[in-house]
Amino acid sequence: MKPRLIVSRQMPQAVGERIRAEFDCPVPDGEDLDVATTLRLLAETQADALLFTSHLKLTAAVIAALPAHVRVAATCSVGFDHIDLAAAKARGLPVTNTPEVLNECTADLAFMLLLNACRRGSEYEAVMRRGWRQGMGMGEMLGVRAWGKTLGILGMGGIGRAMAARARGFGMKIVYCNRNRLAPELELGALYYSDFEEMLPHCDFLSLHAPSGPATAGIMNARTFGLMKQGAVFVNAARGALVEEDALIAALRSGQLFAAGLDVFHNEPAYDLRFVELPNVFLTPHMGSATVETRNAMGFRALDNIQAVLAGRSAIDPLWS
Amino acid sequence: MGKPKLLITRRLPEAVEARAAATYDAVFNRDDTPTTPAGIVAAAAGMDAILCCTSDRLDAGVIAGLPGSVKVISTFSVGTDHIDFAACAARGIPVCNTPDVLTEATAELTMLLILAAARRAGEGERMVRAGAWSGWAPTQLMGAQVSGKRLGIFGMGRIGQSVARMARGFRMEVHYRNRSRLPAELEAGAVYHDDDARFLAVCDVLSLNAPGGAGTLAWLNAARIAMLPRGAIVANAARGTLVDDAALIAALKSGHVAYAGLDVFKGEPALDPGYLGLENAVLLPHLGSATTETRDAMGHLALDGIDAVLAGRVPGNLVG
Repeated sequence: MKPRLIVSRQMPQAVGERIRAEFDCPVPDGEDLDVATTLRLLAETQADALLFTSHLKLTAAVIAALPAHVRVAATCSVGFDHIDLAAAKARGLPVTNTPEVLNECTADLAFMLLLNACRRGSEYEAVMRRGWRQGMGMGEMLGVRAWGKTLGILGMGGIGRAMAARARGFGMKIVYCNRNRLAPELELGALYYSDFEEMLPHCDFLSLHAPSGPATAGIMNARTFGLMKQGAVFVNAARGALVEEDALIAALRSGQLFAAGLDVFHNEPAYDLRFVELPNVFLTPHMGSATVETRNAMGFRALDNIQAVLAGRSAIDPLWS
Repeated sequence: MGKPKLLITRRLPEAVEARAAATYDAVFNRDDTPTTPAGIVAAAAGMDAILCCTSDRLDAGVIAGLPGSVKVISTFSVGTDHIDFAACAARGIPVCNTPDVLTEATAELTMLLILAAARRAGEGERMVRAGAWSGWAPTQLMGAQVSGKRLGIFGMGRIGQSVARMARGFRMEVHYRNRSRLPAELEAGAVYHDDDARFLAVCDVLSLNAPGGAGTLAWLNAARIAMLPRGAIVANAARGTLVDDAALIAALKSGHVAYAGLDVFKGEPALDPGYLGLENAVLLPHLGSATTETRDAMGHLALDGIDAVLAGRVPGNLVG
């Protein structure tokens, strides 16, 4: 008999196909279920497992309300701000995420944001959608060349290192700040700063790749933006909580920052609408992992975690131990 | 002796105009008014040198009409299609341009086009700008992965080679189509193709980096597009004339080409209106060289050429 699974969110087609093959699941491609419906379906189907995303908040109350036959909950995301891990651990419920598989994809997007911020992609695309028909002077609307600049990276995990690899092809010098210095074979010549504020004055560009948490909340603020070079370019494809958005908007307005590329915001999806009035930002809706290949890989990784736990093995990506 | 007289036909970056003002008795076009052939001839009276742009028409009539005082023409561009070389040669007027200095800026713009097209950045940007984002979803705006894919570069000159270097940081497998095979040290592991069909068949991403002109006119036509794998991505930061617009628009509509990133168009500054409604095309207005660093470097190189000719030296950026 196939294990029984509830999927609380619409999944990519290939993920749905695998669910259909391996699980007994009422809606294998998912549909967007709220908490009450998810809990009801888990109970009604005697489900063994739950596949969900950040839209479903696994609070202590929800975890307490999960039927006892649910043996694993897998979020199809790297982030797990939406899960009360202490409550899951207290209950002994394995909870898993999908790290690693989106490193390359997220670095691609962060680099895309960097280039679009440097080269004024939003302003120029708007010119084109109006039909162009205007010549542009040789000194008009100029951007910043990315090639050969110094890129600062906060958080040199898998995504930060993938960002560095891309930047090297653009002749960039890499500086980074991380809790620990990397081994030389991972550092690959990047210059380590143990002190973030010491690194900032050296950065033409800064890209954030650190997790959110008490140590990084609001790490970009009026003071730290002020430590950057005048006219620097800022990229955030990590977490909105890392940035004090009032300070970011002020830096973009004053010219302290030439431009920014932002994929994440403090409040999602109710992001600060002052951003849309700024010409010198390139804005995308939290799509760091949004490729068919990566979203499939995330779904497969979540299913691998579920299968491992249901087979009595350890989870591949346990969020508590 | 006074400074030599220099006509600058269009508005140039501040740093370039400042240098020109320091070393020449320079005439500027502060309002950046487009020129006419007759206007250039009239303005050239008494000038020792002309610094022009691609928007100026220096055809045989203009060159023949220039006063004898003009000893050199330097263009603020790599392209020289706007200048009649035979007429310049007949008058013995050397022409300079600005090669090489825009290689990296154009290559990085090519990578921007590839990434932005594949990742549906235009759609995402418009959604956020419109305040229309309703929240994250696993299937929202799923694009195509760029890293790890096969990149085919059509035209492996300096810009093509620079694109290849950048693409390797994205772990792309680089293929190229060129008149001739490059030496191994320039090829750097890229796979050479001497045949369009075999080349196009491996292009998950196709980047056009070849020069314009009769030899490449409408090179990317319906027949060649059909040779691409279904769902391919096309980027063009080279010349609009390389592309048969109707064929590319049809392929973008059918999905045979999933995404395109285009910086150049036939008939600039107009473009085929068929592109305007396409969500799967990223469109930019020929900004390959539009960075302060690059435009300054172009202007300085153009001035270097004029300096050299007027000093009786052979400039390094002499055309032809």
